[in-house]
Amino acid sequence: MTTTPDLTAEQRTDAVRTALAQADPGRHRKDRVMTVIIYGAFVLAMIPLVSLIWTVLANGLERFDWYFLTVSMRGVFGGMDAGGIYHAIIGTVEITLGATLISVPIGILTAIYLVEYGGGMLAKWVTFFVDVMTGIPSIVAGLFALSLFAFFFGPGIRLGIMGSVALAVLMIPVVVRSTEEMLKLVPNELREASYALGVPKWLTIVKVVLRTSVAGIVTGVMLAIARVIGETAPLLLTVGVIDSINYNLFEGRMMTLPVYVYRQYSQGYVPCNDPSAVCIEDINFQRAWAAALALILIVMILNLLARLISRYFAPKLRG
Amino acid sequence: MKLSRFSRAGAATLAAGALAVTLTACGSDDPVGEAQAADGDSATTEMSDLSGQLNGAGASSQEAAMNAWRAGFQGENPDVTVNYDPIGSGGGRTNFIEGGTAFAGSDAALDDEELVDAQARCLDGEVIELPMYISPIAVIFNVEGVDQLKLDPATIAGIFNDEITSWDDPAIVDQNPDVELPSEAITPVHRSDESGTTENFTEYLEAAGGDAWPHEASGDWPTEGGQSAQGTSGVVQTVQGGSGTIGYADASQAGSLGTAEVKVGEEYVPYSPEAAAKIVDASEQIEGRGPYDHALELARDTTESGAYPIVLVSYHLACATYEDQETADLVKAFLGYVASEEGQEISSSAAGSAPISDSLRADATEAIDAISAQG
Amino acid sequence: MSTTAPPTGKARSRSASGRAGDRGMNRIFRLVSTWSGALILATLAAVAIFLVLEAWPAISLGGEELGEQISWFPEDTSIITFVGPLIFGTLLAAFLALILATPLAVGVALFISHYAPRRLAQALGYLVDLLAAIPSVVYGLWGILAFAPIVYPVWNGIAETLGWFPLFEGPAADPPRVMATVAVVLAVMILPIITAVCREVFLQTPKLHEEAALALGATRWELVKTAVLPFARSGIISGAMLGLGRALGETMAVLMILSPGFLYSFAIFQAGQQQTIAANIAAQQPEAPPLGVSALIATGLALFVITMAVNMAARAVVARRKDFSGAN
Repeated sequence: MTTTPDLTAEQRTDAVRTALAQADPGRHRKDRVMTVIIYGAFVLAMIPLVSLIWTVLANGLERFDWYFLTVSMRGVFGGMDAGGIYHAIIGTVEITLGATLISVPIGILTAIYLVEYGGGMLAKWVTFFVDVMTGIPSIVAGLFALSLFAFFFGPGIRLGIMGSVALAVLMIPVVVRSTEEMLKLVPNELREASYALGVPKWLTIVKVVLRTSVAGIVTGVMLAIARVIGETAPLLLTVGVIDSINYNLFEGRMMTLPVYVYRQYSQGYVPCNDPSAVCIEDINFQRAWAAALALILIVMILNLLARLISRYFAPKLRG
Repeated sequence: MKLSRFSRAGAATLAAGALAVTLTACGSDDPVGEAQAADGDSATTEMSDLSGQLNGAGASSQEAAMNAWRAGFQGENPDVTVNYDPIGSGGGRTNFIEGGTAFAGSDAALDDEELVDAQARCLDGEVIELPMYISPIAVIFNVEGVDQLKLDPATIAGIFNDEITSWDDPAIVDQNPDVELPSEAITPVHRSDESGTTENFTEYLEAAGGDAWPHEASGDWPTEGGQSAQGTSGVVQTVQGGSGTIGYADASQAGSLGTAEVKVGEEYVPYSPEAAAKIVDASEQIEGRGPYDHALELARDTTESGAYPIVLVSYHLACATYEDQETADLVKAFLGYVASEEGQEISSSAAGSAPISDSLRADATEAIDAISAQG
Repeated sequence: MSTTAPPTGKARSRSASGRAGDRGMNRIFRLVSTWSGALILATLAAVAIFLVLEAWPAISLGGEELGEQISWFPEDTSIITFVGPLIFGTLLAAFLALILATPLAVGVALFISHYAPRRLAQALGYLVDLLAAIPSVVYGLWGILAFAPIVYPVWNGIAETLGWFPLFEGPAADPPRVMATVAVVLAVMILPIITAVCREVFLQTPKLHEEAALALGATRWELVKTAVLPFARSGIISGAMLGLGRALGETMAVLMILSPGFLYSFAIFQAGQQQTIAANIAAQQPEAPPLGVSALIATGLALFVITMAVNMAARAVVARRKDFSGAN
């Protein structure tokens, strides 16, 4: 397909279109009405989304500073002008990392199975159920982790790793899907060439197939992380809340950013009865907005990184 | 080309990892500068040699106060960590009885069956129940131009039972001749979650409301439909966000909303910590229990002058005998702090609770002094 | 369309094993990746099994006993009658959100793919992807603190003029912690998701089809109507189903906004009428006794089954439509 005939074709189309439009003004009017409707839909859709981002920025920036990012909530109560999200960041990073460590090997290996080995009944079932798994509501994943650990360790147990398990259930299908797509993009010629050189199949997969598609896989994983890092409900059920720093994924409760946002919101206004102490009535809302801003920034950065990786490292074989 | 692509992706991942590590290195678990504050401004505190971890769980109504107590106590004893898990009164009692926690917070006293189990948990020793968190429940409303209303129990019950549906209903107007009431619809707001606040409020309506309140007292709101919200703060926000709304909430959170004076005997009593503490003193202790068990039978229908009858009383449950010395010492010190004037003051300013009276403090101190380790 | 054919696994794997032999690392690698695939099936089975296991105490006990032991469990009902209104509320919220969001999402996707200038379109596409990743708790925060305070006059107006229609029965609750508000926030939330899928599909419309339509003198709208939409129909459906799945399982926004109630009620402007399964679980679980948790897990099981059913139905629809869509 070259460009020059394309252009002339378009010009010619324009000419025909003008002729036809003059011949039948009704069609032209309809076209214009639909254009207005579609522009309108776009504007209408953008209003709440822009409002959302604006509200978070306007309310969140007030408290969003280095202090806020680097302290926990230990010993903070009432309307104190103190406290931050450090413990929540630690919790979110560790729990998400845990989920990534669980889901990425399983996800990638499954994708390799589907693309490189699959074909039998098992592969069909796996493909089908990966799709089903995509639709698992996050709270059900949370209930699963809760049931699993309650079954083995008794009710009332709350651990960081439970959150990782719940998030991993949500991440696995996303990782499988994106990795599968990437592996399918690797041309068969590369594999054939490798076999022809006498390289065993497993080494071909590791050194040729995975290496060619690594950028796409990393992108997919980062998008999967961005997808689960904001999950609230499963963590609310499984990880609980705490106001001190807890580095240990395997002992005790942890705080996470989304849960922190919810907690601060649900604590509401603070009674300021003691005029001598510093007391900010809506301190909890301020913290909630600032933490929401931090959460959005993290998601944005992950998204951006994923974009950059796929842009700069993507295989140039497609075009 | 392909090789370098791989290493570049690796480098990017490494860089992201390095960033995370940098962030990890500079966090602090001491946002209020407590470590310095402890030696700095409190010359009165003696050096503490307590250390260890104390776990409790229970009523979420106590959470705000508990945060303040924990912070204050940990400030005096830097090597101690007190955890309080707001899992609800029922869960708190169960955990305590099963030995999962050293103490519990509960909006209701142990019932007879639980008391037997609790004695077994306390190595067949005495069970301690102390009503050390007393919080008045305010009837809050949001009607334009009205700050104060006088309401008798039957009217309150009628409003919350959807019988009285307009602000200019004669039942309300008759009691408030000086207030100009609009002919606006009344929107009652209740708690959507199970709570001690609801339980105490419905207990009050049942005891004092007479025929106007046909439902039984329960922690869960008895009628269907209507505006509701999660938690005290949710109710306050909802009342604030609407117009013509009325709700009930821990008084500390009432903020700038209008509050009702409640009819007791022949007079109308506005809520205040003192008036709330008064009803606790006017109430009888449940008979036939151990010497340290101060479970109360609250006199909701009291006619005692100046007593505010809608209160939430939350107990601290502990044992007189623990297996090991460390737990005994920690429980003793922590509950001692809660019962102290300083402890009651800090919860009063942070959570708006009513400080306990001196006579109750004397009883509590006696019970707390009895805490010891086995042997 | 596709640049490379997916490798035909079976044939190649046989030839490879014929060459190098299926032993050593080859064998290990094949087994490990096969097991991973099987592990996914096992995980899904485990989800179902553990949910059933933990829900069993509540399912097997009579409603009477449940009502006695769980304070918020309605008296004299069984677990079925308990979960009924919740399922109703969940479906109502999700479908309302879907009805609001889908046409809008198709419009936005069309705008980005066929109406906006190309450079702007790329930026917008990125923006939409980003919005799809914003955590739901932030939407909830926005919904209750920024949106709900201003929407009451609108709901009141609709309730007053269209109150004869059961859905819009008044009087509208103030503050509007009602299903209508929830539905709008959910719609805003799933809008970027549906848009992202639709845009992707619209962009894949075969160039030849579009050029053919243009060559016949079609206006831009006629081009969209005759070439783009028929091609993309299955894509739109699968996007909508993705959004529906998200809306069904959405917890935080509902939890933060709605005044819950357990009625089979269509009144979306009145408070205390409906509740969704997910929000109910999150609201009750922290303070629930063990049997209460069990009852909640039973409701979660119902949600799991519903989303699975929706998902499979969507797949069936898409698979059938694909045959007629002219794609590939």
